[in-house]
Amino acid sequence: MSTEPQSGSGISGDDSLEDAHEKNKRVRRVLFGCATVTVVTTVAIFLVLFDNAASYFFGARISEMIAGGGIERTVTFTEFFTGTRWAPDHSTPAHGVLPIVWGTLAITIGAGLVSIPIGTATALYLSEYANTETRNKLKPLLEVLAGIPTIVYGYFAVSFLTPVVVGGIASNIINPTGAWLESVSFLAPFVIEPVAEWMMGVRVGRYSLLAGILVVGTMTIPMVSSISEDAMQAVPDDLRNGAYALGATKYQVSLRIVLPAAVSGIFASYILALSRAIGETMAVTLAAGFNANLTANPFDEIMTMTAYLVSMARGTSAVGTVEYQSLFAVGLLLFLMTLSMNLLNDRMKRRFQEEYR
Amino acid sequence: MSSNTTDTSNETESTTDESSTLIETEVSVDSQRSQTPTETVVSATNLSVSYGEQRALSDVSIEIPENKVTAIIGPSGCGKSTFLRSINRMNDRIPSCSVDGELRFKGTNVYADHVDPVALRRTIGQVFQAPNPFPKSIYDNVAYGLRIQGKADDVDLDEAVERALRGAALWDEVDGQLEESGLDLSGGQQQRLCIARAIAPDPEVILMDEPTSALDPVAASKIEDLIDELVSEYTVIIVTHNMQQAARISDKTAVFLTGGELVEFDDTATVFENPADSRVEDYITGKFG
Repeated sequence: MSTEPQSGSGISGDDSLEDAHEKNKRVRRVLFGCATVTVVTTVAIFLVLFDNAASYFFGARISEMIAGGGIERTVTFTEFFTGTRWAPDHSTPAHGVLPIVWGTLAITIGAGLVSIPIGTATALYLSEYANTETRNKLKPLLEVLAGIPTIVYGYFAVSFLTPVVVGGIASNIINPTGAWLESVSFLAPFVIEPVAEWMMGVRVGRYSLLAGILVVGTMTIPMVSSISEDAMQAVPDDLRNGAYALGATKYQVSLRIVLPAAVSGIFASYILALSRAIGETMAVTLAAGFNANLTANPFDEIMTMTAYLVSMARGTSAVGTVEYQSLFAVGLLLFLMTLSMNLLNDRMKRRFQEEYR
Repeated sequence: MSSNTTDTSNETESTTDESSTLIETEVSVDSQRSQTPTETVVSATNLSVSYGEQRALSDVSIEIPENKVTAIIGPSGCGKSTFLRSINRMNDRIPSCSVDGELRFKGTNVYADHVDPVALRRTIGQVFQAPNPFPKSIYDNVAYGLRIQGKADDVDLDEAVERALRGAALWDEVDGQLEESGLDLSGGQQQRLCIARAIAPDPEVILMDEPTSALDPVAASKIEDLIDELVSEYTVIIVTHNMQQAARISDKTAVFLTGGELVEFDDTATVFENPADSRVEDYITGKFG
């Protein structure tokens, strides 16, 4: 621009403007560089997982295959995806991933059943029912709950949930005594006895599926409530006024105006909470255990995918062995699961945004 | 949660004692004898409203006649909207708001203990400054009031929706697209949709808070024509910034001035042509406001 002949007008720029443009370009490069770091990291993680997972299934990494390494089927996909026993480091190894996928899903679904209703109700209360003073006190408390390290939740499970809550429920169902059971004794042949029989012999030990569900459910409540509440607060007050002026009660406004108008944000909070539950490691390991049982009994010990990753990574298997490489196959599967949750979240958001602008 | 608990803080301050009830009866008898033969629908006696320490309305006494358009005009911050909101107790939603004196709707003090604001609002419709259709279909917007009021099963809902949309002069424009979102309509259409929504449950009074201030002149004049028609069935109380609008559409005009004081209330022609208060004349002729 400065090569043009300058004809006295003030719009052709000068040296100081030139500097400003130069600075602008430099800043742009720096910002772009920072943004690239995340993308590169994600791609790198995916490639490492993929490369190593290949050697779990085919005995050689992609890089080794390209270099001409021999391919040897170590673990078949059929065994991996349909086998019901998971014990890669056992003396008679088995590579069926179902038990630990089930463990993760059971924890995730169970935790969702705890955190979604409680979190949504909390958000509705804070957004629609609580006065400003109560909200200002409660909201930071919830945020504290969200900020507690997961290992602390783990100890909460070990020291309270397992012995008191799970133990209490178990001893009342397995050993049906007490006045409250007398009162429902007509149910005994249909419900209590079969349930008790099914669970008979289950010793409530240090770990259980139920404890895992409860602890992950508890720790994801603030996620649901906080994000849902933000979404509800973003609903314009005009809409509430319109409904109140028609003679709606608070309940009707909450349920028929605020919830539908905030639905995309509320769904986003659910999916974030579920993703968190899938990826949760520390607390769930301490609560639910390391035993890859394919069971729906809430008092049994189970193993999640993350718990397996922890036990394998700190175990004694030699790097490069098939059992060690199973880490990456499970890791890749976990990565794909959370990735699909994120994609689902994106889609949901877009779909509902079209409906409710 | 019971619907009676919107905000209890100001209900205590607004309880009426017997003596003021008696005074009120005398006042309304008095008005019956005056030139206007119509019934009074809304009457205020020494009504004061404050937000915290700040007084928004002071000692307002007014009697608003049935099946007329009553315009409320005045400069910004004079308490026009506050007065409107105190009629259907939408002020209850503002925690710092407190009400003194009394306000009667068809003879009942709306701030009496036994009055349920939810029930009150079901007989008084309101249209807001900016169109605020719900993010729902046109049909669901109009049907909303009937549904939440539990009247949806007692009436033919399709017919009621059509009647309300015709009443709001919107039917011809939206016939055949009732399932489309109310948000897809233009601003003027949205405001008429909000009017349809307000009249669908068949209220007795319609409160309008500057209903045309967010609209272009053409859309605004459609609303004005509509108000002209609505008044055969409803009592319309409209707050407006626009004095020409008040002069055009209203039968009665109330002028509030800064401080929340009602300085003049009379037939619209009288207020605009021969106001009793010189401050009203100054305001109307544009000397301030």
